[in-house]
Amino acid sequence: MKEYIIIGNGVAAAGCIEGIRSVEKDSHITVISEENRPVYCRPLISYYLEGKTDLEKMKYRPDSFYEENGCSVIYGQKAEKINTEAKKVTLTDGSELPYDAVCVAAGSSPFVPPFEGLDTVEKKFSFMTIDDTLALEASLSKDARVLIVGAGLIGLKCAEGIADRVKSITVCDLATRVLSSIMDDECAAIMQRKLESCGISFLLGDSAASFEGNVAHMKSGVSVEFDVLVLAVGVRANTSLVKEAGGEVNRGIVVNNRMETSLDSIYAAGDCSEGFDMSFGQNRVLAILPNAYMQGHCAGVNMAGSEAVFDNAIPMNSIGFFGLHAMTAGSYFGSESGGELYEEKGENSIKRLFSKDGYLTGFMIIGDVKCAGIYTSLIREQIPLDSVDYGLLKKNPSLAPFSQTYRSNKLGGVL
Amino acid sequence: MKKVYADERWCLGCHLCEYNCAFANSGMKDMVKALKDKTIYPRIRVEDTGKITYAVNCRHCDDPLCVKSCISGALSRGEDGVMRIDHNKCVGCLTCILVCPYGAVSQGENGVVQKCELCLANSCGSPACVEGCPNKALIYEEK
Repeated sequence: MKEYIIIGNGVAAAGCIEGIRSVEKDSHITVISEENRPVYCRPLISYYLEGKTDLEKMKYRPDSFYEENGCSVIYGQKAEKINTEAKKVTLTDGSELPYDAVCVAAGSSPFVPPFEGLDTVEKKFSFMTIDDTLALEASLSKDARVLIVGAGLIGLKCAEGIADRVKSITVCDLATRVLSSIMDDECAAIMQRKLESCGISFLLGDSAASFEGNVAHMKSGVSVEFDVLVLAVGVRANTSLVKEAGGEVNRGIVVNNRMETSLDSIYAAGDCSEGFDMSFGQNRVLAILPNAYMQGHCAGVNMAGSEAVFDNAIPMNSIGFFGLHAMTAGSYFGSESGGELYEEKGENSIKRLFSKDGYLTGFMIIGDVKCAGIYTSLIREQIPLDSVDYGLLKKNPSLAPFSQTYRSNKLGGVL
Repeated sequence: MKKVYADERWCLGCHLCEYNCAFANSGMKDMVKALKDKTIYPRIRVEDTGKITYAVNCRHCDDPLCVKSCISGALSRGEDGVMRIDHNKCVGCLTCILVCPYGAVSQGENGVVQKCELCLANSCGSPACVEGCPNKALIYEEK
C-alpha cells in the first residue's frame, strides 16, 4: 500500500487529502499536525473574536473527515527532517515514517522583528492560530488599550474582531497606507477612513523602535501606551524542511504547476510554497486560502499518480471591515509599463480595472462588489478583451458583454 | 445531474423567476405577504441589455471555485452534485462572489451568502423559477 505523508494540517493539507482521494482510495495518508486540532478555518479567527462564529463552526471539515479518507493524524509533533535518500520523514520524537510521496503544507509563521525591549512586554500576541486567538481573548477587557503592529490583512482583521471588546485600538505600520500589499494609496485611504470612523486610530509611516513595559517608543519619537500588544508585521513561509533537504527555495518552496518541488516525490502547497502567478508572470508566494486548497488538491492528484495542473493562480482577496467590502485580484501595471486603467469613483467606493496588452490583469473594487467574479474569471481564463464588449463590461459585470456562444456554453442554453 | 438551463431565445425579461425564487426560499405560504413592498433577495438574476435577456443562477460546476475558495468551509458539493451553503457557517466574507465566473452567488438579506440549491430542500421541491417561467425559457433537465 502506498504511504503518503502530508506535513501540515491546514487547508492545503485538506485539499491534498481530497485530491488524493479523488484518484484512489487504497493508499494510507499520514498527516503531521503541529497544532493539536483538526483542520480549521484559519482566516476565521477574527470572526471568532467578533462573535460571528465559534470553535465548532470553524472546523473546515466534518469530524469524520480523516477517518472517511483513510488518514492517520499525528498531533503535537513536527516533521524535523526529510531524508530523500531513505525516503523517510523524521518526527520530533525521533520516529521515522517511510513515504512514497510527501506534500509539504507547512504554512507560514509570524515574522517578529527583533524589537529592542520586546521581552519587557507582558501581554504580547501573534495572530495566526486558534491558540493565539484564545490567548489574546483572555487578555481582552473593556479598559484595555491595544497596540497592533502591522496594518495588513491580519492586523486589521484583528482590529475589527476586537473593536467592541476593548477600550481603544491603535494600529501602526511602517508603510504609509493600510493594506499596502493589495491596495494603492487612494483605495487604502477609503478603507482607513472606514476603520477610523469605527474608532480605530492609526500611526502610519511609523513603527515601533523599542518597547519598555507598556510603552512603545516609535521611530518618530512618539510614545504609545498600551495594555495589549498584537504583532502582525507579516509572515514567512516555512521552507526549512525542503531547504535542508537540498530543495530549491526562494521566499517560498519553489513549485512547478504540478506542485512538484525540485526534490523527487516531494510536493509543496499552500502558504509555504512559491508558485507561478499568471497575472504577474513570475513566481510568488500567494498566501491565500483559495490558493492553498487548489494547490493542495493539485498536489494530491499528482501524488496519487494522476495528472493535474494548476496554472492559473493569481493573488485575490475579498475583505470587509465593518460592512464595507473590498475585493482585489491580479496584478496592477501602470501606464509606464503599458498598463491601462478604467476607473469609477464615489465618496466611499471605487472601481479600478487594470488591463494590459488586451487582457484584464487585475482590479480593486470597494463598495459594490456584486458579480466581481466575472472580472476575476476574465483574468484567470485570459479572455481577450476584444472578444467581449469591454465598454459595457467595465461598467457592469455581467455575462451580457460576452459572445452569445460563450454565454450559451456557460448557461447551457441551446443555440 | 439535473440542472437549470437558460435559453435566451425565449426569455421575455419578465423577472418572474426572481419573484418565484424569492418566494420559494422565503419559508412563507402567502406570496403577497412574502414579497409585497419588500426588497427581494432572489438566487437567480435576470440580465437585460435592452436587446437580450436571460436568467443566471448557479451552474453547479464540475470544478466549483466557490467551494474550493470558501474560507469557512460553508460551501460544499454533495454527492448528488449540488453545491450547497451552510448559512450557519458562512461569515459573509464574499470570497465566493470574488471567484464565481457567473455572478451566481450573492449576499442575502442577513449578510451571509446565498445561492441556488435547485429548491430541493425548500417547500417547492424542484426549481420554482422553472415551474413559473411563462415562456419555457428556463428548463430543468439532465444534459
